[in-house]
Amino acid sequence: MSNAVAQADHHAHAHHPAQQHHFDTMPQQKEAAVLGMWVFLLTEILFFGGLFAAYMIYRVWYFEAFAEASRRLSLFWGGLNTAVLIGSSLTMAMAVRGAQTNKRTATVNWLILTMILGAVFLGVKVIEYQDKFANYEVPGATYNWMYHDERAAAAGGEHAAPAPGAAHRQLALSPGQLQRTTQIYFSLYFTMTGLHALHMIIGIGLMSVITWMAWQGKFDDQYYTPVEMSGLYWHFVDIVWIFLFPLLYLVERHQ
Amino acid sequence: MLDTLKIPGRHYLNDGHSLRSWLFTKDHKRIAIMYLMSISIMFFIGGMFAVGIRFELATPQGDFVTADTYNKFFTMHGVIMVFFFLIPSIPAVLGNFLIPPMIGAKDLAFPRINLLSLYIFWIGAAFTLYSMVVGGVDTGWTFYTPYSATASNTSVVPTAVGIFIAGFSSILTGLNFIVTIHRMRAPGMTWFRLPLFVWAHYATSLVQVLGTPVIAITLVMLGVERGLGFGIFDAARGGDPVLFQHLFWFYSHPAVYIMILPALGVQSELISTFSRKTIFGYSFVAFSSLAIAVFGFIVWAHHMFVAGISTYAAMVFSFLSFSVAIPSAVKVFNWSATLYKGSVSFDTPMLYAYGFMGLFAIGGLTGLFLATLGLDVHMHDTYFVVAHFHYIMVGGAIMGYLGGLHFWWPKMTGRMYSEFFSRVSAIMVFVGFNVTFFPQFVVGYLGMPRRYHSYPDEMQVLNVMSSAGATVLGLGYVLPVLYFLYSLRRGAVAGPNPWGASGLEWHLQSPPLTENFVEVPEVINEPYEYEHSVVKEKERV
Repeated sequence: MSNAVAQADHHAHAHHPAQQHHFDTMPQQKEAAVLGMWVFLLTEILFFGGLFAAYMIYRVWYFEAFAEASRRLSLFWGGLNTAVLIGSSLTMAMAVRGAQTNKRTATVNWLILTMILGAVFLGVKVIEYQDKFANYEVPGATYNWMYHDERAAAAGGEHAAPAPGAAHRQLALSPGQLQRTTQIYFSLYFTMTGLHALHMIIGIGLMSVITWMAWQGKFDDQYYTPVEMSGLYWHFVDIVWIFLFPLLYLVERHQ
Repeated sequence: MLDTLKIPGRHYLNDGHSLRSWLFTKDHKRIAIMYLMSISIMFFIGGMFAVGIRFELATPQGDFVTADTYNKFFTMHGVIMVFFFLIPSIPAVLGNFLIPPMIGAKDLAFPRINLLSLYIFWIGAAFTLYSMVVGGVDTGWTFYTPYSATASNTSVVPTAVGIFIAGFSSILTGLNFIVTIHRMRAPGMTWFRLPLFVWAHYATSLVQVLGTPVIAITLVMLGVERGLGFGIFDAARGGDPVLFQHLFWFYSHPAVYIMILPALGVQSELISTFSRKTIFGYSFVAFSSLAIAVFGFIVWAHHMFVAGISTYAAMVFSFLSFSVAIPSAVKVFNWSATLYKGSVSFDTPMLYAYGFMGLFAIGGLTGLFLATLGLDVHMHDTYFVVAHFHYIMVGGAIMGYLGGLHFWWPKMTGRMYSEFFSRVSAIMVFVGFNVTFFPQFVVGYLGMPRRYHSYPDEMQVLNVMSSAGATVLGLGYVLPVLYFLYSLRRGAVAGPNPWGASGLEWHLQSPPLTENFVEVPEVINEPYEYEHSVVKEKERV
């Protein structure tokens, strides 16, 4: 048995304080973390993938209902949030850059800015959800598709005027059909954006820990893996939104 | 040799004796031991429900429990056995313990995540056991909508939350294995020197990582429908209950491969070791694991042939389901070829390996009956299906698990168990299993539907056979608990390599050091070098 396993010649180097005992080298440790993070993001794709599959099927089946329901979302708030998130991806990338180049203060500042942008996004989401609750557009027993139009009509004046382009749209669906099938749209809307928002909240939580670590000077050009990993996560959450925005807000809104 | 064998002075089991040293350990071996204890408890809880089921079915009338209680029995049996025993069984116990030493690593790539996965498993199990205590759930382990979403008034949500949480445990284990196998191999441990056990776990991990998130999101959709009144699967609002079935089986069919693939890996180790031969067709066996993992993802709709899916889709899924037989057969034929002219011995692990081969073959071949479109209409939701999947999940996965546990027990504990009682138990499990489940093929073919607590009188003989066999099977499962526990104190000292096996893990002391290897080993041998290796004779006395 003695020659079955030869002992490799591994002499001890001066170890970086962040190197864990079961890794031989820092690059090995980093490669493991990067691969692990990408595999994790793969599971996230599959996680959201189930919802996207459901969305795709129902959108094909009930396209008109989805198009109508999509018009109930605010392009302004959705567009603003898209811009905010893309901006936060930029600040996140800057934070990683700061960590790679040993710039402690810059890293911390960029991370804080990223968290602020994330919080802005969530704040806007609260405003949007609030509007849905106020208009009985949350699926369930109280869901009322007609309420939005009725309230607009009751308000009278210019608010009663149909939305731009509405005159051209000839709906094949009765209010009863819309009442049923638009609930599927809003069920998906709340589940998808809700899970996305949950990922944002987790991301902000992660980042506050990373910010604290960065502030304490735990990172340098040899070891910035946690910053980079939370960056990957943040970009992923951003990309999910890049898909959610057109799928939910822009269903046939070119008219 | 007898006098020279001693339990080493320092090993992972005596590296700290406090509860804290176990609960906060990052050692993959200790985590594996804690998984072993956890899933054993879950196995016996799940087994109690099986006892209830077989007791009820001993008579044609529904006289032991009401129909509602019976529904909860088979649901809790399925939920606990599938999600809290079979899925973690081999990966979280044997894989966790063995993958690092097999590839020459000191630990998994993410030891803390490994411990986290155990805690997540415990939290998930707590939710599910809570729902069991407060009255159980009666939807079947499949949670089909609309019954689960609106009609059932049992604790669906706590159970679903438990499964959702336990899923993350499975994902983290798979993720850890993938990264470990990619990044932690010792110098010289090339991909094609990996033990087939590791290849099988690599394939399993891919399924865990790609499949589990889908059941998670499916349970989320079910949860928001049941809890918040959303309507994703609600036909009254235009939703499609069959979509739930698609999403459910997109995970739950591959989940069968999460259970069986690691057992196939164990099997390759056992067959090669106990026939003293290099495994026949190493690369074919390795790639057949990956092929099973890939094919496993594109056959799910064969569970839905009678659910109203399109004829053409059904034909495609039928064909693809047949194709899974090819890599499975590659394995069985390669094992047979390995045995051919081997120096075969009949130690307990090998008895399990033999049992596995026969049961897996029967389970696999009856799967082809069910993949046949016309025949499936007749057999769908009958006991034929129950018998088929128990041949795979019990006859395959649990036989593989027990075979592996008996094989590596001396490595894990440093001691041998009773050879006599372990052989008795292996034979009891094999005989008991067949007497339990073979009659179910017949009774299913005769038309007895699953999930009913009463049945026509003329089917009683077969059902009594099944219940009697289950008694033998149950005793066969209790016996190992006794002699394993006994061996911890009184078992003969095993020494590093009681089977004369060739894997890297057998070069370690038994039980291994916390850090496995004092120095990083360099691998210079091909795998399974029994013919040319210096490891020829058994070192066991």
